[in-house]
Amino acid sequence: MSIDPVTLAAILGMALATYACRFGGLMIGGRLAPTGRTKAAVDAIPPAVLTAVIAPTLLATGWPETLAGALTILAATRLPLIGVIGVGVASIVALRFLAGG
Amino acid sequence: MSEIAADSWSEFRDGLVELSPAMIAAAPIALLYGAIATSKGLSPLEVALSSALVFAGGAQLAAIELWTNPVPVAALVLSTFLINARYILMSASLAPKVAHLPFAANLVGFHVLADENWALAERRAARRRITAAYFFGMGAVFWLNWVLWSWAGTVLGPLLGDPKRFGADFAFTAIFIGLVAGFVTTRHHGIVVIASALAATAAYVAVGSPWHVLAGAFAGMAAAVIFWREEKTA
Repeated sequence: MSIDPVTLAAILGMALATYACRFGGLMIGGRLAPTGRTKAAVDAIPPAVLTAVIAPTLLATGWPETLAGALTILAATRLPLIGVIGVGVASIVALRFLAGG
Repeated sequence: MSEIAADSWSEFRDGLVELSPAMIAAAPIALLYGAIATSKGLSPLEVALSSALVFAGGAQLAAIELWTNPVPVAALVLSTFLINARYILMSASLAPKVAHLPFAANLVGFHVLADENWALAERRAARRRITAAYFFGMGAVFWLNWVLWSWAGTVLGPLLGDPKRFGADFAFTAIFIGLVAGFVTTRHHGIVVIASALAATAAYVAVGSPWHVLAGAFAGMAAAVIFWREEKTA
């Protein structure tokens, strides 16, 4: 077990950057009560951000990912989260096998 | 007193039940992180420390991708900030819903705010008041789950082989799809998701990671503003 000083600096820097985001939101949020269009924009943040994180995997990786994503989205309309994960993992393994990967 | 304790216990248990799929989905991702980080030369202690202090799966995986020798500290911190900038917005959105909880507890509780427990807390806040037992209990367990599986990855990783063979990497994608589906209750939200997906993919292809996260976030927000109608909030 060892800790390299440069690695530690990177970890601490990453930790500070992340906590600043979480803390910053906590500070801002209590003072804002958005309405109308502003509220619509704020309400759109969760689905927009979650979608953005995975969109390249689904749309710009390969056809097995795109097809498995479509099956997973279909599963998400009728199954609980654990079933959605099951369908996603099973379909990606099968489709990558078919793709020869 | 015992009623309060019973309520707290039931709130804590509610949190665990809601969180359990996310905990199961996080395990392979944490294992993957621990395994890849080990292959990049991080010690098990460094891996566990990074998971405990950063506690952000997407940013940690991205950092490990960028990890070289010498360690590009500034690039890692910038990438982490860009990927986690969403937490400013997410925390801001959740803050009023937990404002009744002790501030000092929120300072710690928000450190363990991740996509999954945040989404669950938002969903619950839409239906009922968030309690300390629910919010902090769920956060603590999710944090412990992430740190322990990351550490396990440093041990098991070298034995597992290529994680892609088991589709473990896609568990991350599947859980995000499930979480997004939970938000899409109206056609209005469907438009937000489509706008975000297209903008994020375009930015990813044109500029690369992690800019796609900001591009998608702002495209989704723009779509929400453009397609907003008065009666939605009336």
